[in-house]
Amino acid sequence: MTEPTQTWNTQRSADSQLKRNWAKLRRNKAALFGSMLILAYFITALMAPIIFPGNPSAPNLMKALERPSAAHPLGKDELGRSILGRVIYGSRVSLLIAIGVVAVGLLVGVPLGLISGYYGGKVDFGIQRVTDTLLAFPGFLLALALVSVLGVGLKNTIISVGISMVPIYIRLVRGCALSVREQTYVEAAKAVGTRNRTILFRHILPNVMIPITIQTSLGMGTAILFAAGLGFLGIGVQPPTPEWGAMLGSGRAYLFHAPHVATFPGIAIFLAVLGFNLAGDGLRDVLDPRFRL
Amino acid sequence: MFQYVLKRLLSTIPVLIGISLLLFFMLRMLPGDPAQVLAGQMASPEDIKLIRQQLGLDRPIIVQYGLFLNRLAHFDLGRSARTRNPVIQEIWARLPNTVLLAVTAITLACLFGIPAGIISAVRPHTWVDYFFTSMALFGISMPVFWLGLMLVVIFSVVLKWLPAGGIGTWKHIILPSFTLAAFVVAFITRMTRASMIEALSQDYTTTARSKGLKEKVVVVKHALKNALIPIITVVGLQFGLLLGGAVLTETVFAWPGMGRLIVDSILGRDYPVIQGAILIFGLLYILVNLCVDMIYAFIDPRIRYD
Amino acid sequence: MKQETLLSIKNLHTRFHIYEGVVTAVDGINLDVYRGETLGVVGESGCGKSVTALSILRLLASPPAEIQGEILFDGENLLDMNLGEIRQIRGNSISMIFQEPMTSLNPVLTIGEQISEAIKLHRGLTQQEAWAKAVEMLQMVQIPSPEMRAQEYPHQLSGGMRQRAMIAMALSCRPRLLLADEPTTALDVTIQAQIVDLMGRLKKEFETSIMLITHNLGLIAEMAKRVVVMYAGKVVEEALVEDLFAEPLHPYTQGLLGSIPWMGRKMKAGRKQLQEIPGMVPSLLEMPEGCRFHPRCPRMMDICRKEEPPLVQKDGRRVLCWLWK
Repeated sequence: MTEPTQTWNTQRSADSQLKRNWAKLRRNKAALFGSMLILAYFITALMAPIIFPGNPSAPNLMKALERPSAAHPLGKDELGRSILGRVIYGSRVSLLIAIGVVAVGLLVGVPLGLISGYYGGKVDFGIQRVTDTLLAFPGFLLALALVSVLGVGLKNTIISVGISMVPIYIRLVRGCALSVREQTYVEAAKAVGTRNRTILFRHILPNVMIPITIQTSLGMGTAILFAAGLGFLGIGVQPPTPEWGAMLGSGRAYLFHAPHVATFPGIAIFLAVLGFNLAGDGLRDVLDPRFRL
Repeated sequence: MFQYVLKRLLSTIPVLIGISLLLFFMLRMLPGDPAQVLAGQMASPEDIKLIRQQLGLDRPIIVQYGLFLNRLAHFDLGRSARTRNPVIQEIWARLPNTVLLAVTAITLACLFGIPAGIISAVRPHTWVDYFFTSMALFGISMPVFWLGLMLVVIFSVVLKWLPAGGIGTWKHIILPSFTLAAFVVAFITRMTRASMIEALSQDYTTTARSKGLKEKVVVVKHALKNALIPIITVVGLQFGLLLGGAVLTETVFAWPGMGRLIVDSILGRDYPVIQGAILIFGLLYILVNLCVDMIYAFIDPRIRYD
Repeated sequence: MKQETLLSIKNLHTRFHIYEGVVTAVDGINLDVYRGETLGVVGESGCGKSVTALSILRLLASPPAEIQGEILFDGENLLDMNLGEIRQIRGNSISMIFQEPMTSLNPVLTIGEQISEAIKLHRGLTQQEAWAKAVEMLQMVQIPSPEMRAQEYPHQLSGGMRQRAMIAMALSCRPRLLLADEPTTALDVTIQAQIVDLMGRLKKEFETSIMLITHNLGLIAEMAKRVVVMYAGKVVEEALVEDLFAEPLHPYTQGLLGSIPWMGRKMKAGRKQLQEIPGMVPSLLEMPEGCRFHPRCPRMMDICRKEEPPLVQKDGRRVLCWLWK
């Protein structure tokens, strides 16, 4: 419990910090497993046409709702399409959404958070009140509300879920920027006359990278879940584009006699999100405890 | 403490204003004539004219906003474009169901989650810990609607023990509340574990042990009491999030609550109801957060006596 | 006149098993605390003095900590006892006070509760009786309005009062040995003086022996009768306080004393400037060969680099150094 940690004056060089973190990460089996899941996910998405040649959206009503068999390991859905194929292609859609959402969150949230945290004052006040308002709603509801305004479809899904993620990034970055701003070395830099922009880039941004990275990994998972939720409700990605949530939604009608239609896309969602969560947790363990989310 | 309460209350005002602005402008961002949009597909020209007058669309925007606020103050949220009933009525019919579901779910989640988190924290890195933490991790990674569907498959289709949806008897609430709870219990377990580990590593825990107190006393009286503060905060937050997750669960189980209402209105382009539902959700969430802050102030002596 | 030994630490090794290896925080130390005395334990941060105290009460989590050796209290080996027996000793026969009163007191329990729970446990009193005793203790440590203060929480007290409350808590069951880990370090200088006075008085009144752990040599000079100097997990010198200050034997002790600003006093070595000890405390994972202090020692000899120095007895003092062989 109380170990002598204060002054272990070591001769270790600076770059071994990175080596130690990497070793620590490698030891974390859960994080490794998560990374493998993510890797599998990315590979599936990129190699989809190779793994599953043929058009996944081509209907074949003769074989509708076929149970899983050797030829079609995951069975067929209500329009006779191979579920395996749709799940594989669905990974592309989900990946696209996840990246898009996180991109929106980062591109909008990080600069706003930096400005808000570093410059403070009226700008900060304004941005914070907007963030508060957005955060007055649970994330999914916000995305839902935005969809009701923007409409359905892939692009609008990305925008809506992305915007619902922005306030989280703003808060995160702002908090970090605020604490870095108070550090003595920033004061020193200012005293020497360094320009604000330089301070932002050279001092604040690197420190902010760590919580951002953790949040991004977790955020990809959340993005997939939200998008799937919208798809499930029928107001996300529209058919015939294969999206896991939408597949679950349409599979719901056949739950009683063909449960396999709804089961497998859900497993796919689960594995993808699990991967991102495990990796994000592992990252947090390594880079924590300073940046506890 | 009084200052704290006052500050918290005051800080909700900008948010309330923000929400009202959000709703106000949301309507006007939609393509087409706002009055038409509000009135819906089935409205007659007279209806539309009436609404246009109510909104004051020909008057300056400040006046429109003022009229809007005035209507809000009188609880006038308009009429549903689909059923022509007052929005308030539609909401009032369904809100209790959602609250019931949310309260049941959060209670279940706490009953399982908090003890699980405590046990994990007291015996870290044992198989018990790994079991609970994995369960928690699975819980957050699972899409809540998929879990619901799977539970329906198992308990309604295969085992035929429980109904697949609707409301009525106590049997009807089991699956939806368990589904909803599964999502939340994960957060609560993780938070409890983290919070307890933090408390157990504090100096005051060492002091407690140095007095010769039994470990059980140290864990419950000294550590848990401190750990509860962030745990309660999370539980409160989760309750708010439950209101959002209820949307999906209610859809899966055909539970007649606010979540279903909002989905149906989005699909049916029933904007008055969408507006009203969003407003109520926002208010509820703010209210829950406010309550959590008050409880927090009450149980943390550092805030209570200052 | 031979004094009675209250606590006897024999060949204590405390190691921590962490991923990077095994850290030996305390490497084979021997020390005794006699009845009725104040023993000072002096050293820099990380030298193992706090870990020694925690080892006595077995407050270190047992993996990753591993404690070997003997700690005899009243003839019984504390390290052989099971947890139940140790709990009867803690807070009862041996108590501890810590450096940071703000973090060492539980913020959500009242002061009175924190004091009385030990009394209830070890003396079997009822809640009211224990509470009354707690208030009595607060009075003894000179906290004004003790009945009122007992109902308050730690954050409502000032730093000095919190430390007094901790002392009250530790002495509530009249322990025979008090382990004081940096009791004044976190306090203002003026408050420090008050606490030192208080501890002196209470020690006499309760007949408690004190193991005073600190890096503050001035505190040692005021309070302790004998002193033990630790460096990198080992005891390097042991002497009566006057002897140590008048003539430090170990080069490390000489360095420590040489680095204190001391008005108008020239030591045997005669100096005009503050001297610092060059170099840094070695990492516990990468300990130097031979004498641990040799890389920083101004009087290092060849043998110091190769072999660990022996314990030398000289005029009733002990020193771990090749110079005095």
